[in-house]
Amino acid sequence: MLRIPCPWCGERDETEFRYRGDASRERPAGDAGLTAFTTYVYARENRCGWHLEWWLHVGGCRRLLKVLRHTLSHEIRAVGGPGDSLG
Amino acid sequence: MSPAAKSPPAPLEAGRASSGRYSGWRLFLEGLTGQRGWSRAWAKAAPRPRYRVVIVGGGGHGLATAYYLAAEYGIRDVAVLERGPIGLGNVGRNTTIIRSNYFHPENIRFYEFSLKLWETLEQRLNFNAMVSQRGTLNLFHTEAQRDLFTRRANMMRLHGVDAEALSREEVKELVPLVDLNNGRYPVLGGFLQRRGGTVRHDAVAWGYARAASEAGADIIEHCEVTGIRREGARVSGVETTRGAIGAEIVCLAVAGHSSRLAAMVGLQLPIESHVLQAFVSEPLKPVLDVVLTYGAGHFYVSQSDKGGLVFGGAIDGYNSYGQRGTLPMAEEVAASAVTLLPGLARVRVLRQWGGVMDMSMDGSPIISKTPLEGLILNGGWCYGGFKAIPAGGLTTAHLIARDEPHPFASHLDLRRFAAGRTVDERGTGPFPYAH
Repeated sequence: MLRIPCPWCGERDETEFRYRGDASRERPAGDAGLTAFTTYVYARENRCGWHLEWWLHVGGCRRLLKVLRHTLSHEIRAVGGPGDSLG
Repeated sequence: MSPAAKSPPAPLEAGRASSGRYSGWRLFLEGLTGQRGWSRAWAKAAPRPRYRVVIVGGGGHGLATAYYLAAEYGIRDVAVLERGPIGLGNVGRNTTIIRSNYFHPENIRFYEFSLKLWETLEQRLNFNAMVSQRGTLNLFHTEAQRDLFTRRANMMRLHGVDAEALSREEVKELVPLVDLNNGRYPVLGGFLQRRGGTVRHDAVAWGYARAASEAGADIIEHCEVTGIRREGARVSGVETTRGAIGAEIVCLAVAGHSSRLAAMVGLQLPIESHVLQAFVSEPLKPVLDVVLTYGAGHFYVSQSDKGGLVFGGAIDGYNSYGQRGTLPMAEEVAASAVTLLPGLARVRVLRQWGGVMDMSMDGSPIISKTPLEGLILNGGWCYGGFKAIPAGGLTTAHLIARDEPHPFASHLDLRRFAAGRTVDERGTGPFPYAH
């Protein structure tokens, strides 16, 4: 069981959240071309290590969180809002 | 005494040692002589400096590819590199189900091809894989789900694949344990594919390893690939913990870790790695003689020949390389089990484990060339890798040997994503954690 420290609600069980995938992708400019959009939509780094990801707190504040989590140990290092840079 | 007789016996050529033909008669004869005549099922080969084809990953798909390359396409200069021992990866971690009940025509063709290969596999490999066509039964719980399943069954029958609709009563007759009127999701009926069933997964790994080894391939265990060599736009071999190995073709068959291997040549794949759990209960008397799936949740169960109920559910739901599961999904699987089969509520779970899946962006696998010439990818199997082992191995071998995709696997090309030809069985979209 992951325990995700929501900045608004405090530490909660993962079952209150819904996973929304890789948060490191940036949408290309509208005229960036097919390759850039294909990469944006489909290609994933899929790292074994620290992974930046979206979690939606559906069972709490209903806000979208950005979480830095390790994909092997599942340790959570940082949580913030969509605009935060968690590096 | 001649000098020749004093010299040590010539070592067996790597990979060519034979374990002899297995049969009931031989078992009987060995029984009379203390079972001392058996030899290793496959040769423990040491890596040579160069091969025509190097297959990374000694799981089901890697071993099957090596076997079909040698037996079907005459390419015997092949090495299979496995970082641990054979059989401890996903080929030994799945719930052993085989079936071909898909909706998309290209998927039906591919998985039906696989099912047909399963039907003759044991004779072909001379290995008892305990292929048991006990039937797979998918239950439905709403009118809409009946429509959806009917559409799929019709599609299967149009392609010559067996599918039968069962009424509530017929479901109850086949599986008396099912609680038809369970409080929340009453069972309205089911669809049965009688030719579906289970196969003993360890025997699949061992059988293919033995057959590939006898056909001439080198099975090299405890040899982890640490880098992929390239010369210009072409692959030229691999770096391993047992030294560099040159190759004309390098095939990745490491589902769960495809992205990590592809990253060695700077390639990003349309794949995320996720954990799927499986469970087995304490052994029971025979209570279930089909593979049963629950339609109002993600739950599937069959009973092994030892009597344990083998069951599983959905992936844990977030990127992970940890070969273990977490409790929320275990609880959800148990809740589904008890809703559908309340009579089993007091059965104890004996073991639980996790495997790392390549979850692809459209839920379908990838058997394809890559932008790096000579690098072949067999991956992206999501939940469905085990049932596809024979077809996956044969079509990957075809791609390597003929330099063009097998007609049954041409839709699994990596370029389908950029071209907008995704094969999305469930219509979920590019969200691997939702497939």
